[in-house]
Amino acid sequence: MTITVYISQDTTAVSVGAERVVTAFVQAALDAELSYTLVRNGSRGAFGLEPLVEIEMGEQGRLAFGPVSVADVPSLVTAITDGECECHSNYLGRVNDIPWLENQTRITFKRCGEGDPADLGNYRALDGYRGLERALTLSPQAIVDEIKVSGLRGRGGAAFPTGIKWQTVLDAEGEQKYIVCNADEGDSGTFADRLLMEADPHQLIEGMTISGLAVGATKGFIYLRSEYPRAQKMLEKAIDVAMAEGYLGADLCGSGQRFELEVRMGAGSYICGEETALLNSLEGKRGVVRAKPPLPAIEGLFGKPTVVNNVLTLASVSSILADGGAEYARHGVDRSKGTMPLQLAGNIRNGGLIEVPFGVSLNEVIHEWGGGTRSGRPVRAVQVGGPLGAYLSSDQLDVPLTYEALAELGGMLGHGGIVVFDDTVDMAKQAHFAMDFCAKESCGKCTPCRIGAVRGREVLDRVVDNRASSNDLILLRDLCETMEQASLCAMGGLTPLPVKSAMDNFPEDFWVTYNQYEVAV
Amino acid sequence: MQSRHSLPITAMKASFEKTTEQAVEQTAAKHATSQGGLLPCLHEIQAELGYIPNDYLKNIASAFSLSTAEVHGVVSFYHDFRTSPSAQQSIQICCAEACQASGSRELEAGVAGVLGVEFDETHPTDNYRLERVYCLGNCACGPSVRINDDVYGRVDLASLPQLVSEAVQS
Repeated sequence: MTITVYISQDTTAVSVGAERVVTAFVQAALDAELSYTLVRNGSRGAFGLEPLVEIEMGEQGRLAFGPVSVADVPSLVTAITDGECECHSNYLGRVNDIPWLENQTRITFKRCGEGDPADLGNYRALDGYRGLERALTLSPQAIVDEIKVSGLRGRGGAAFPTGIKWQTVLDAEGEQKYIVCNADEGDSGTFADRLLMEADPHQLIEGMTISGLAVGATKGFIYLRSEYPRAQKMLEKAIDVAMAEGYLGADLCGSGQRFELEVRMGAGSYICGEETALLNSLEGKRGVVRAKPPLPAIEGLFGKPTVVNNVLTLASVSSILADGGAEYARHGVDRSKGTMPLQLAGNIRNGGLIEVPFGVSLNEVIHEWGGGTRSGRPVRAVQVGGPLGAYLSSDQLDVPLTYEALAELGGMLGHGGIVVFDDTVDMAKQAHFAMDFCAKESCGKCTPCRIGAVRGREVLDRVVDNRASSNDLILLRDLCETMEQASLCAMGGLTPLPVKSAMDNFPEDFWVTYNQYEVAV
Repeated sequence: MQSRHSLPITAMKASFEKTTEQAVEQTAAKHATSQGGLLPCLHEIQAELGYIPNDYLKNIASAFSLSTAEVHGVVSFYHDFRTSPSAQQSIQICCAEACQASGSRELEAGVAGVLGVEFDETHPTDNYRLERVYCLGNCACGPSVRINDDVYGRVDLASLPQLVSEAVQS
């Protein structure tokens, strides 16, 4: 009987011991004279179960075991040789039946964890490159129309309709146009881009190629943050494979069309996730934000019309083209169409990636998927949408996760990051961190952000040290308003969001000295 | 033939500087023709030399037809680039929100005590720098620590010293 063993090479899987499990498995299998094939797949994103070991043998399908420690490996190998997998203490059943995975609607992440990420045969066997093959038969306008029908909105955070952005680039005059993938996923609590690039890089390559066909661009760049060395290696490997097989290069699938792709590394600057700063960085300059207009769609990279989209946006394009925009738009609610890859992080028992249609409530995600906090203490605060998103309190968790509902609460869904804090969190310290981070990472182009964040940090220094006066909090709100109204980009404009939501939703943490009595504001 | 070791110190230094300058110039020339090649160039110089020598920014500038000030502006903008020699290895403690939620504030406060090195400094005996980093994309299994190119999850003050002694090469 052929036995295939899958152990992930994903950053998170390895961070909790996947590499040690591989070494132990190889040794134990050698001792037991077990013959098998080892596949280093990507992760399925169920990080609470990593290191996840999947065993495929006979007709049972893929059986899952997790989280497996080195100590569990010898008994696992014995269970395999004895044909008694069900009895092992880490046994989770068939991988597709694990409720955590089964209850998701996986479109963008459907291939993640299925096989060797860079292997083109595996990608094609799982519907890969069907979207590109169809796109090659369509006119650029027809491709853009398909994206418009899908209702796809930018997954990076701003949620701008992708079809409209592409139409602008398609209509722009220019000999040379570019596709830029924003893979500078700097927001804490988000890892969906990384997971996808490490587990299914061909989907991103395919999406970018389709984007190139749609707008008439022949060159693409993936701007990847330097904190993701594994994603870099995987992307470069997959690009080489795609080049060799004619899915990239001068003659795409024999159509005579051209598209080339290059990975460029960032250098540790958070602001380079902002699209105009990213373009400057790609041009080899300081990552300083540009004033808009002109839009990057008109004057982008090297002054040419440029599509700048997030990893997940571009990856979604391949299944939209393969199955049609209408099929994609069937999922979701209102103007939040399709699925949203949520990332459950922070103090959480079963964190990871959850791809679900828009509209699931935050409570459901935290308690039913996440299993509550890892510390076992009550949830006190949840930051949704990355470092620039609002801190929600535990009585706001019924909110459905859509762009619109979060905006109504004064927050944002952003890139779908959900960071859970238990009741030990000091919200004044979190507000302080938000200003401090903005002060450190501001590009310095506009005054409200450059100076405002420093002044904000100074005020919050006093709050954290219990030497603030009530005037300080008035001053802080004033500063927040100035930053919101007058900053050039989202960093200065949105840093007040976590600060103000912390003050509004957790006033008891913002004590000030007032008339010699300590009171909460 | 006279061995290299018997060269006077000044001559050795001059010879070292000469090779460094040549290395910088070669790397710069390689990237100068590619669009937006300055960042890849700086990454490669730092990977080769461990830092980007201030003395040779002018050589980079001339290859890219920029002013030295412009190159300095780029080098100083990005956290990753260093202009002074440094340890070859690094330990980065993630201090961003998701890790804060799972205990990185304690790690951040206590790490200097358990490792014997302050942030942004090189360990007195072991060949590594200690740095803060803001997000390694390992947010479901924090607190996260990166040692060279490997990320470790669920790290605390108790487990860190052993991790470091296993992963750092002396």
